[in-house]
Amino acid sequence: MKFQNPAEESAMPTYRIMDADGKIVDNTRDPQSASDEEVIGWYKNMLTVSILDLIMFDAQRQGRTSFYMVSAGEEGVAVGSASALTPDDVCFLQYREQGVLIQRGFTLKEMMSQLFANKDDYGKGRNMPVHYGSEKLNVHTISSPLATQIPQASGAAYALKMQRLINPNTPERVVACYFGEGAASEGDFHAALNMAATKSCPIVFVCRNNGFAISTASIEQYKGDGIASRGLGYGIDTIRVDGNDIFAVREVMREARKLALQGDCRPVLVEAMSYRVSHHSTSDDSFAYRAKREVEEWKRRDNPITRLRKWMENKGIWNEDKEKEARAAIRKKVLQEFSAAEKVKKPPIRAMFEDVYEEITPEARAQMKELKRLIETYPKEYDVSQFEGGSKSLE
Amino acid sequence: MKACRRLTSVYRRSIASSTAKSRHYATQAPPPQRRLNLPTDFKNTPLLHHSSKTFSNTPGLPHSVPSTRLNLYQAVNAGLRTALEASKDVLCFGEDVAFGGVFRCTMNLQSEFGEDRVFNTPITEQGIVGAAIGMAAEGARPVVEIQFADYVYPAFDQIVNEASKFRYREGHTGAGLGGMVIRMPCGGVGHGALYHSQSPESLFCHVPGFKVVMPRSPTQAKGLLLSAILDSEDPVIFMEPKILYRAAVEEVPTEDYRLPLGKAELLKPGADLTIISYGRPLYNCSAAIQAVEQERGVSIELIDLRTIYPWDRDAIIESVSKTGRAIVVHESMVNYGVGSEVSSVIQESAFLSLKAPVKRLGGWTTHTGLAWEKYIFPDVTRIYDAILESLDY
Ligand SMILES: Cc1ncc(C[n+]2csc(CCOP(=O)(O)OP(=O)(O)O)c2C)c(N)n1
Repeated sequence: MKFQNPAEESAMPTYRIMDADGKIVDNTRDPQSASDEEVIGWYKNMLTVSILDLIMFDAQRQGRTSFYMVSAGEEGVAVGSASALTPDDVCFLQYREQGVLIQRGFTLKEMMSQLFANKDDYGKGRNMPVHYGSEKLNVHTISSPLATQIPQASGAAYALKMQRLINPNTPERVVACYFGEGAASEGDFHAALNMAATKSCPIVFVCRNNGFAISTASIEQYKGDGIASRGLGYGIDTIRVDGNDIFAVREVMREARKLALQGDCRPVLVEAMSYRVSHHSTSDDSFAYRAKREVEEWKRRDNPITRLRKWMENKGIWNEDKEKEARAAIRKKVLQEFSAAEKVKKPPIRAMFEDVYEEITPEARAQMKELKRLIETYPKEYDVSQFEGGSKSLE
Repeated sequence: MKACRRLTSVYRRSIASSTAKSRHYATQAPPPQRRLNLPTDFKNTPLLHHSSKTFSNTPGLPHSVPSTRLNLYQAVNAGLRTALEASKDVLCFGEDVAFGGVFRCTMNLQSEFGEDRVFNTPITEQGIVGAAIGMAAEGARPVVEIQFADYVYPAFDQIVNEASKFRYREGHTGAGLGGMVIRMPCGGVGHGALYHSQSPESLFCHVPGFKVVMPRSPTQAKGLLLSAILDSEDPVIFMEPKILYRAAVEEVPTEDYRLPLGKAELLKPGADLTIISYGRPLYNCSAAIQAVEQERGVSIELIDLRTIYPWDRDAIIESVSKTGRAIVVHESMVNYGVGSEVSSVIQESAFLSLKAPVKRLGGWTTHTGLAWEKYIFPDVTRIYDAILESLDY
């Protein structure tokens, strides 16, 4: 008789193509398939995420927006994985994946409209900042409850598979579903992986293991070998990847996508290791639970952006001047969209009642009327000028 | 304090009066002197279509069409079959649905429509509802089964935070959950105890976003289910009173037909009092009405809400404005129940017409302990007593 002891098992290895100095360590996977132009595109997208982060974090500090979440340190996971998807693939996000959106073509204007909850926001100003969504880009709108998107993503993947069964001319599509290692402790994670495995769903689960869930270090989150070790228990092909290595993330995602579509389809789990360099959100001061020195150390030692920059410089396709120029151009564009979005009116008040049901219920109609009466009876108590159409939209 | 004491004594009195007769509740044969709390006579109740000739009494039912006698589970099955035939987007899944379901509602559907469209899932309510949301978001029309309403709570987060808010938060992206239906057997069966008897409809009604439907009969079950799956662009919670699965038998049109969601059904017109109910207690209401009308020469209006949320406020207000008296009856607990919402809307909208306080009859504020189910849910006697109290107020 022998009890299997997890401590005696060796940890699942972490796949890597490029080391912290931007040197290729796995020549078989040298990213030759991508053109220099493409690589520079990814680099600029990562830079955009990090510049947007700085500006929006400060904007929240100045009270110009209500909330923000930066993704510093995780730009490689987002941009790298998204670069391996097709535009038709469907994405479900947690919230720290701005890079996925930008890589898929979400514009800075679209981003700012969401962050300022103005009338151009696809979410009609209903969601907190960073809860993006886009029909055009096949990205479902982010919601705050953790892990709820994971079983939804499994179901969506099943629907994509059925679409091809009904009509074989439909393009092959997968679902990419992102979540943190903290969210993976929720029951929905278990439900989703088990459903996806038993129903053979074409889905790639991407876990961003950044070491923290707010103040909770991963050592308090789980006792096993990270999230990856769980995949095998569900009968799911699994890989762990160095999340700061954009090439490795991209290659892993490309292979995972292929695997997910093979035969009768199957789910794949990717655990991308990184470090949450930033505070959890604008409502969090992470130095209350971890040493500033530790964070500085990480920032200096390893970072997906500097890693790729080193590789590009070694290859002779990037230099200090280009860097300065790119940063200045991105910064300028972000600030332009920032001030433009800030000036745009809020959505009409009416949108508060719309879309709860396909049609506004008689009950809600009566409430709209009542709200309009109140606003008009007490005009000094309500400033509706910032909302498109003022109180008229309630008619 | 005083008001509170008065209330308790009223309760004590009504409990005392029912315990006197109640010794026999658990025995097989009712005592010979019993007149009100008799078993429902499903063969003769006016609430069922014993022949297709009465179809024309129910708005929305097709007339002069072929029909078959079906019980409630067979009608659900027929509805699912019709929906699966009508659209390839319709999918049917849950725990044990493949072999036909523990209540036989999905009988033969897997063999007819294949394992890809009708299938078992692992035992995970949050997974079932979560997956249904994702499927509906990608254009499928998933009809999922929660084996008992009592086990819907693991999926509560997916229902309340996700499905209910899905269209709202997606905004201009246009994604919605049309065609998503969560079916669940609900209500008492006589021996279901704590976890096979619940009717959690009011919990779903406190969060906008879902339509909450409860049929009382086979024709309703099929017609409302088809509307929910094929016509509704809003997700629907479809609660099936499991005690009626075999008991309620009537003629059901064989063709595809739809009954409207959000519309109440006037079952019996009347002038002196309005009873509003849904699902299984309607049969008790009907029996109590018959008893009172024979004795008193009054006429009582009976309305089936059918859709519990968003509900047909106009129909109820119109009726109570006419009769001046109202009683709302349901199995689920009286406190914070559907009756509370309906009676306060009546009070707001028909205040000047009211001749008596609006009465709520629901399950007592306790759990469904195995030994006492018949005392917990409103029976014919309680409804009869409430009618007299309202008429004599
Ligand atoms: C169901 C639920 N519980 C708690 C929270 C509050 N919350 C927001 S983010 C977070 C931590 C998530 O950590 P992780 O999944 O590791 O992602 P990270 O923030 O590290 O990217 C918590 C607890 C929530 N949003 N939803």
